[in-house]
Amino acid sequence: MATPAQGTGGLFSAGSNRAFNAQLKKVYTWYTGGFLLFIVALAILEQMGLPRAWIGYLFLLATIGLYAGIGVMSRTSDAAEYYVAGRRVPALFNGMATGADWMSAASFIGMAGTLYLLGFNGLAFVTGWTGGYCLVALLLAPYLRKFGQFTIPDFLGARYGGNIPRFIGILAAILCSFTYVVAQIYGVGLITTRLTGVQFELGIFLGLGGILVCSFLGGMRAVTWTQVAQYIILIVAYMIPVVWLSVKQTGIPLPQFVYGKQLEKVTAREAELLKDPKEIQVRDIFKERAAVAAAKLKDVQKSFDEGKAAAVAAVEKAKADNAAPEVLDAAVKTLGGFPVDVAAAKSAWTKEASLSARAAPPLRHAEPFPGKDDAARDVSRRNFLALVFCLMVGTAALPHILMRYYTTPSVQQARQSVFWSLFFIFLLYFTAPALAVLAKYDVYTHLVGSAFASLPQWVASWQKVDPSLLSIVDVNKDGIVQLAEIAIGGDIIVLATPEIAGLPYVVSGLVAAGGLAAALSTADGLLLTIANALSHDFYYKMLDPTASTTRRVTISKILLLVVALCAAAVAAQKPADILFLVSAAFSLAAAAFFPALVLGIFWKRANKWGATLGMVSGLAVTFYYMATTQPWLRGVFGVTSPIADNIWWGIQPISAGLWGVPLGIAVIVVVSLLTPAPDRETQELVEHVRYPNLAGDTVDSVAT
Amino acid sequence: MQLTQKHLEYWSKNLRITGILLFIWFVATFVIGYYSRDLTFNFLGWPFSFYMMAQGSLIIYVIIIWFYARYMNNLDLAYDVHEGEDD
Repeated sequence: MATPAQGTGGLFSAGSNRAFNAQLKKVYTWYTGGFLLFIVALAILEQMGLPRAWIGYLFLLATIGLYAGIGVMSRTSDAAEYYVAGRRVPALFNGMATGADWMSAASFIGMAGTLYLLGFNGLAFVTGWTGGYCLVALLLAPYLRKFGQFTIPDFLGARYGGNIPRFIGILAAILCSFTYVVAQIYGVGLITTRLTGVQFELGIFLGLGGILVCSFLGGMRAVTWTQVAQYIILIVAYMIPVVWLSVKQTGIPLPQFVYGKQLEKVTAREAELLKDPKEIQVRDIFKERAAVAAAKLKDVQKSFDEGKAAAVAAVEKAKADNAAPEVLDAAVKTLGGFPVDVAAAKSAWTKEASLSARAAPPLRHAEPFPGKDDAARDVSRRNFLALVFCLMVGTAALPHILMRYYTTPSVQQARQSVFWSLFFIFLLYFTAPALAVLAKYDVYTHLVGSAFASLPQWVASWQKVDPSLLSIVDVNKDGIVQLAEIAIGGDIIVLATPEIAGLPYVVSGLVAAGGLAAALSTADGLLLTIANALSHDFYYKMLDPTASTTRRVTISKILLLVVALCAAAVAAQKPADILFLVSAAFSLAAAAFFPALVLGIFWKRANKWGATLGMVSGLAVTFYYMATTQPWLRGVFGVTSPIADNIWWGIQPISAGLWGVPLGIAVIVVVSLLTPAPDRETQELVEHVRYPNLAGDTVDSVAT
Repeated sequence: MQLTQKHLEYWSKNLRITGILLFIWFVATFVIGYYSRDLTFNFLGWPFSFYMMAQGSLIIYVIIIWFYARYMNNLDLAYDVHEGEDD
């Protein structure tokens, strides 16, 4: 099966698969060693007094320069090289590349924070985003590899005959990949800004350069070898701070195996904090402030007039009474702090009313499905399982992941490659729950109960960087930090761990570089998916089947540039609810692709009309459910009926795929049975993909 | 072309192992997930359901995929449907 190398880059081509594999191992071993040396060198320079900003610049320049270098070395205009890296990527390296492709900024930075904030219920993301690979391995990857074309719509087009299923595949691939890529580019902008202090918009375009120089020149081939490099950076960056924190707290450098002890201590501490009188006092203050604000909001105009009049009267009275200067000062200050107009008053009071959330007692980290009564706990459990289901099935349907299994040399290697993919993803996901608990232990035992006069250094510096990530205010004025006084944003858990663990700044730079690698690698894969869907599936297969290879690759490169710029333009608007859009991509992909792909392989009887209507109805019901129950989408589509009327069994909009997937399967089965069976040729194609090698097989689906 | 008896046997063995592994996957994820509130006994120092959702199920997934790759690659050889030389 070995195809001869046709590329131009020396490092990433070799004669036989075995020699190629050996060469890759050598290259990446040297690379990892070089990267570690680079970190050590920076650490020494830091000790010698290199300013922090310089460390940030050096990390940014070195890593993006590296990705660009790999991109230039892997440049190609050969179709098989451009679309599927020449199908020569060994299982292990395809696994690493898939790991980087898969783990986005949300996994790298957001995951541990989500676990910190949600406790047990956050674990839906851990199981959901790993268990999906079982479906990939058992139901899809080997068969897609045997089919051996370039894209997922390719499979739909060949299996279900005709352009309609292919076209729906193109639309769905673009819909879910584009929302996802916008979020990645947004993440790139944020991290670049943090790392170097440049403006957000500039950060986006700097990062975009890093993405483009790689995927533009060499397509899948360049993206693959860059992703392997990015995986190594991101996993090193994730592990160093966690291991250090674990040594600091437990004396053992294996956080994944010892954090059970810390979880026990956190649980004991939660019980104390739940009944601590000072904590209750702070929560009561929040409750009261929220209630006062809510009362004012009932009639904003009236409350505004009365409040303003009272403040003015107080100042006049103080002046008239010749009151002490501090009384007059206080009254003037109150008047000065009063909202300037009704709109300002409304937004200030709405914000104040939302403090009711902070009046809630802290959640118990290890408690599954918390709720005030059995009914609430039931809804919580239902949503947990539904989210796990959607994330898993969505994983097994995202085109940019499935596409990666076209790149291995054989079906055998495709199977092994899924194992390596999950193994490399597992390393990070297995660690995230430990990081969340270790960080929580540190906050609950060291920060809570300490004096405001002696807050740790990292608290002060992060409060200054971004108050939405961390803010601690002495609400009850006792000079001691209560847990209820800490407002914490999820992203800080990963970003601040190096400082919580007391590591030098170079590790903070490393973590930022790891986050950047995670976001860039995912963006690369997604952009390639969108550009290929447009150039290969839409232009070449549907519009101009006679186009030459060079022309197809050129068009793909141009489209890549256009799509990247569009995504950057959208990201620069800082769209609201970006997290929701990312999660929505999973539900949409699950409903659109999973039923048609799996039934296409496992059920010969599935036909064109079944698949077409199944995909449309699955997508439609998923989208309809989101549009009627998600606040932002409701605004976009002008839905006014109450959310409670539209919600089915209390399932959150993020898990809308729970309805779309079964409906899609049902429609494919029913419609296929009502319409004629697929022709002999299609049935032979199904047999062809089921056997890695079939004696006497006349079907040849592999595209070159 | 016509599939031989041997081919059909290969496919049914594939379906059987796929079914068994999916069943394990389902139990590890959804059955244990469903009963999480009841399964909180101590397991290696963690509450059992917390451990399963955070670490245990992940280990099971990795083993499922490893086993499937090994089993199927051997089955390919046994039924002579493997591809040409490869490493």
